[in-house]
Amino acid sequence: MPALTRWFLRSALISFILALLLGLVIAARAPLNLEFPASAFSPVFFHLFMVGWVAQLIFGVVFWMFPKYSREQPRGSEALGWATFWLLNLGLALRLVGEPAQVLAPSRLWGWLLAASALLQWLAGMIFVINTWGRVKER
Amino acid sequence: MPRLSVWYIRAALVYLLLGFTFGGLLLFHKGVPLHPTLWRLLPAHIEFVFFGWTVQLILGMAFWILPRFAKPPVRGNEPLAWAAFIAINAGILLLAAASFLPGSGWLILAGRAAETMGVIAFALHAWPRVRAS
Repeated sequence: MPALTRWFLRSALISFILALLLGLVIAARAPLNLEFPASAFSPVFFHLFMVGWVAQLIFGVVFWMFPKYSREQPRGSEALGWATFWLLNLGLALRLVGEPAQVLAPSRLWGWLLAASALLQWLAGMIFVINTWGRVKER
Repeated sequence: MPRLSVWYIRAALVYLLLGFTFGGLLLFHKGVPLHPTLWRLLPAHIEFVFFGWTVQLILGMAFWILPRFAKPPVRGNEPLAWAAFIAINAGILLLAAASFLPGSGWLILAGRAAETMGVIAFALHAWPRVRAS
């Protein structure tokens, strides 16, 4: 398994655990009478699950197992692969902080943090598509 | 990778591109307001990311890697899997269109029906291939 795939899969597992821990707190709010603003954290829960866990797991496995791009670059561009990893995780981390903060105490700082998060994750997705497209081919 | 898997997975990548673009616009708008009508992208964003990207990638991979038969057609009933591809994509597009049209209850019903028929067709294709290889 290539190093980048190991990073993707480990990061995916961490996101999965974080998503479920957050889901646990959200679920505990009513029965334990916790004063926890669930609505501020629900989108973070969904995106930790769907982007951090599901998409990232797919990205890692695709990088590892899809057909070779070429003899010289069997997995396409490694640099673009690493760019996808860091942009996605940095974007997700900014969302983790910025989204609840923007709901609970809106400010220009949190707003631009969210905008930066959006740009980073979008770039990660676009770079993944560019780097993967050439590997989706008939033998 | 068989031709149908190429179609499923390339379609999944296109929906990833669209889903991330719509999602990126929505998140940006949450932080720095752009235009209130952007919220109409939300149902299409969810449909593209969930069905368009994740589900289609899984179906494309399944068509590729599930056990094959010794005699042709080695991947079983391929026309059923092609029908599933067409129905699922028709469903996704109908549901995405419904996001932007007022009073689109029938469009939503048609989209969900197409997706359901597509999933049933794929299950019928895959069922005999799910076996000890």
